[in-house]
Amino acid sequence: MTTTIDTPISTDIETPKIRPTATGGSFMTTALGTARRTVLQFFRTPQLLVMGTVQGALFLFMFRYVFGGAISTGGRISYVDFLVPGFIVTTVLWTGMSAAAGVAEDSATGVFDRLRSLPIPRSAVMLGRSLADATLVTWGLFITGGLGFILGFRAHGSIAAVIGAVALTILCGFACTWIFILLGLVAGNAQAAQGMSMLVIPFSFVSSANVPIKSMPGWMQPFAANQPITVMINAVRSLMQGGTNVVGIGHTTSYWVLLSLVWCAGITLVFGTLAVTRFSRTK
Amino acid sequence: MTAIIEARGLTKTFGDVRALDGLDLVAESGRVTALLGPNGAGKTTFISAVATLLSPTSGDLFVAGIDARLHPKQVRQIIGLAGQSASVEPAMTGRENLELVARLFGLDRRDARRAAGEVLERLGLVDAADRLVRTYSGGMRRRLDLGASLVGQPRLLLLDEPTTGLDPRSRMELWDAIRSLVADGTDVLLTTQYLEEADQLARDVVIIDHGHVIASGTPDELKNQAGRDVIEVRPRSSSQLAEIADILAIVAAEPTRTDNDTQRVSAPVDGGAEQLAIVVRLLDERGIKVDDIGLRRPTLDEVFLTLTGQTIGSDTAPDADAA
Repeated sequence: MTTTIDTPISTDIETPKIRPTATGGSFMTTALGTARRTVLQFFRTPQLLVMGTVQGALFLFMFRYVFGGAISTGGRISYVDFLVPGFIVTTVLWTGMSAAAGVAEDSATGVFDRLRSLPIPRSAVMLGRSLADATLVTWGLFITGGLGFILGFRAHGSIAAVIGAVALTILCGFACTWIFILLGLVAGNAQAAQGMSMLVIPFSFVSSANVPIKSMPGWMQPFAANQPITVMINAVRSLMQGGTNVVGIGHTTSYWVLLSLVWCAGITLVFGTLAVTRFSRTK
Repeated sequence: MTAIIEARGLTKTFGDVRALDGLDLVAESGRVTALLGPNGAGKTTFISAVATLLSPTSGDLFVAGIDARLHPKQVRQIIGLAGQSASVEPAMTGRENLELVARLFGLDRRDARRAAGEVLERLGLVDAADRLVRTYSGGMRRRLDLGASLVGQPRLLLLDEPTTGLDPRSRMELWDAIRSLVADGTDVLLTTQYLEEADQLARDVVIIDHGHVIASGTPDELKNQAGRDVIEVRPRSSSQLAEIADILAIVAAEPTRTDNDTQRVSAPVDGGAEQLAIVVRLLDERGIKVDDIGLRRPTLDEVFLTLTGQTIGSDTAPDADAA
């Protein structure tokens, strides 16, 4: 019973070195560190980077030239000037879909288990994800803007208003990503997350992004005109093109901007709380 | 000696499933403790409870004297976790991965860089340090993942099946890495399905099944507990495996086992030398040529079989018709 010969590692160290207790990363270190990881993941994966850009360009090209001739904007602007701002805002949803898949993947592959085992504020990990997605939305915004410019898009609003439009889009990206983060946490795996987030496609198409709401059937208009993506598109488009009269919608630009901010705050509050609670809970 | 982990009557239920069912375990400080058991035995559930990823339904759990149920945040300050799949980021370099985790352990930028450098050196990953992890082999990823769990110098390292899915060489490299940690005074709790792994690395082995401990001790104590020595025969021709199983069944105290991969038949026996002589005579009478025959101590796999009536891995199974 006392033979311990063939255990090569019978290292009974009686006095293990006393290790200093880990202090843990601060809230900002954690948020920025995990955000950087997600951003690098995108920019260093050619499939994501190139395919995302090509896909965007393809859709923009098709809408501009295939539908463009048949669609009257209802305002005083050309179709390309109408389309690009709407397209920019819907990037928020497409970025969100890959966010849901990414979150589900991190959940399934043990990345989140490691992060949960570390002495860090768990809510900071979630903030890191949404900061990263806001960064990716910013990237998509400039790519779409650049491609749009090549296809003839011009912003007619004041410089301050255009900057405001860019800032508002990024803010919408930050807010909406919480919906997708929650979806990703609930889904369990990347495919399911992708499938569930397909449910947002109606928000992209049944909106003022590609066609004026007035051209839709009457029963569809109440939803299309009032859903948050339309509100955000109306705000961004009015800012970029110089007012609601120019883009052919009612109310004032400030009305749409204010309403967008309310939606962003509401979405962040509700879905952000749910996502952080879900991620932080101990099963 | 103080206990680094102390679990008393630990229970965890998921719906109707009792993943942990009154588990009692004390892991001493200063050594490697291996949690051995088949799939679904509760190994990962236990490690997750120690890592504060889940909260036990009932029972007590202390990690380095800290009540894990009441103060999970304090526990997180002294542990490092490497889960079943390598959770390092493929789109970052090895160094970037380690620096990120080091920062999350609370090291400042300079210390994180230094700690990452040291870990890379210790794990033999210096040459690959600045390559993206997506270019790493499976073994290198697992080593880096191990590195990520220890870059914050935790007192207790939790390794959930650290070598599952690795080729023998990578497995051996990872074992070396774990050994060097222990020599440094880090306490390690690892789970494994591989008996050899427990045998090679652990000072204490805890065998669990259905969520509770069924045996524990040093590998040797466990082997003694199972008692019986084993006669093992490797015939020259594989067509004679069945015939040999029949002969061994005559002297066997328990069912014989045939391992088709290694072309061996084995049987636990009482006594030993006497039975070996009988087997040799019978083989000779029937003109069966053998490459190898011998009497040896039981392996942990056989210990597990004796204790539970089932095998841990699926490498070998008792011969159904020899009982």
